[in-house]
Amino acid sequence: MTTHVFKPDMPPPGNRIGIVAWARANLFSSWLNTLLTLFAFYLIWLIVPPLLSWTILDANWVGSTRADCTKDGACWVFIQQRFGQFMYGYYPTELRWRVDLSVWLAVIGAAPLFISRFKHKAIYGLGFLVVYPILAYSLLHGGHWGLTNVATSQWGGLMLTLVIATVGIAGALPLGILLALGRRSDMPAIRVVCVTFIEFWRGVPLITVLFMSSVMLPLFLPEGMNFDKLLRALIGVILFQSAYVAEVVRGGLQAIPKGQYEAAAAMGLGYWRSMGLVILPQALKLVIPGIVNTFIALFKDTSLVIIIGLFDLLNSVKQAAADPTWLGMATEGYVFAALVFWIFCFGMSRYSMHLEHKLDTGHKR
Amino acid sequence: MSEAIKKTASAEGIIQMQGVNKWYGQFHVLKDINLNVQPGERIVLCGPSGSGKSTTIRCLNRLEEHQQGRIVVDGVELTNDIKQIESVRREVGMVFQHFNLFPHLTILQNCTLAPMWVRKMPKRKAEEIAMHYLERVRIPEQAHKYPGQLSGGQQQRVAIARALCMKPKIMLFDEPTSALDPEMVKEVLDTMIGLAEDGMTMLCVTHEMGFARTVANRVIFMDKGEIVEEAAPNDFFDNPQNDRTKLFLNQILH
Repeated sequence: MTTHVFKPDMPPPGNRIGIVAWARANLFSSWLNTLLTLFAFYLIWLIVPPLLSWTILDANWVGSTRADCTKDGACWVFIQQRFGQFMYGYYPTELRWRVDLSVWLAVIGAAPLFISRFKHKAIYGLGFLVVYPILAYSLLHGGHWGLTNVATSQWGGLMLTLVIATVGIAGALPLGILLALGRRSDMPAIRVVCVTFIEFWRGVPLITVLFMSSVMLPLFLPEGMNFDKLLRALIGVILFQSAYVAEVVRGGLQAIPKGQYEAAAAMGLGYWRSMGLVILPQALKLVIPGIVNTFIALFKDTSLVIIIGLFDLLNSVKQAAADPTWLGMATEGYVFAALVFWIFCFGMSRYSMHLEHKLDTGHKR
Repeated sequence: MSEAIKKTASAEGIIQMQGVNKWYGQFHVLKDINLNVQPGERIVLCGPSGSGKSTTIRCLNRLEEHQQGRIVVDGVELTNDIKQIESVRREVGMVFQHFNLFPHLTILQNCTLAPMWVRKMPKRKAEEIAMHYLERVRIPEQAHKYPGQLSGGQQQRVAIARALCMKPKIMLFDEPTSALDPEMVKEVLDTMIGLAEDGMTMLCVTHEMGFARTVANRVIFMDKGEIVEEAAPNDFFDNPQNDRTKLFLNQILH
């Protein structure tokens, strides 16, 4: 009898390293590749230098009126001068500290949730979700505790965008999850209600929903009864987005193998505990990309509130650009608005990637 | 909660199936199944695929519902009443072919989940018990890993420990070694033999005939939804009565 001697592990064959080798392999590997590379360089040369000079090198950074913009580049003075309007809309200048304070409260309040050593995240998070909206609403809206009332029609700019987006997300996610569970329920009545709800809201454009909420709804309400325009828009956005979230979450629920449901049931876990402890944590993790996708779309859709006369960031920019003293500044305004939107959306996208990575437990089926 | 559970007097045995019939649509999967199991009995169910052996044990914790007949487990009849079903499930542990560990939880959390949420055990106590059973299946050092980091045999042993943490009176095994690499079958079977030696009531669907011979009190052979033959292992393997049983044994014992 012989004993097999295993061969020792060897390192993999050496790769060609270095910029030249990399460029040769990736940029100039064939005639066609070389041609495309050169063309791409030409495009970059065509686009980047003028863009740089317009946005930065030749741009006007200091001044207070349109007349101060003497150079050829962008007139960022416009953004500077109207920054307050872009951020707060017509929120009274002397009360804008209340908006700032509520943002800081959100940042400070949410911070412990991102500290991995903090133990009681679930309870704290739930408490934060209950307490913060009340605090923020009282601060922004005022009308008590000696705070002057600021009607929602004066809210605007980035602040309004954030209010609609965060309330929309915070409302649509739980509602969407419930709808997804309902659509897969064993009880026919619940299933029918959920399917009808989802299909209805997915079938109408958001712009119609907003329009209906502000124009049609008051016709059906009794005389003198009137509720806030912003509130109606918020409800519309929540119901609309929850239908999309529901379908994304349903996709995740369907991806969980039947064995997981059975194992949870066989242990004696009831329906809600099975869902809450076993199924949803896995399903939601799977659909993070889809959910974030929906939320990014929601964030950008907030601009549609212009049709009911609310002025979010984009619409504030549009309004400022129409000011006769700043004629011709639309490009600067839109570039600025695009940059702000991009920062928020990119932030969400990066955070979702971070979450996916963090929740990965190395289980690939 | 336990007051609401209707206990049926049972001198008959810890599990009673009387005239159980089940259909999947038009397909008659279980035909008139009668089975009595005494506490501490170890029963092996075998038979060709599609014979209804898995369905039979899955009826015992109502993962499948039966349409006719009576099933009483630990004095509780299985009906549509979810309270009754959950009270049975608390006392019946189950081990699946594909382990079905929860991939988002660590091994320890897998084991403490049901004791904490179903038995309302404090976390510390549940972890103590979980570590006890993980030591028993000889993988306490893996407690803080995730299922995806373990081999198949280790995962199945965790699944057994997870079921034991509920201190069940009955353990059901649904082809526990069929999805394992050949080298890992033995470690799982050894764990099950250890369990049998401690007097656990076990029902086991398996094709491991060596295991059946050494551990079982009774071997039940099923085909086409019926119990064809039922005997002590020695009689069953050495002196099968039914032609269908002989054919089956010929096929699998090569």
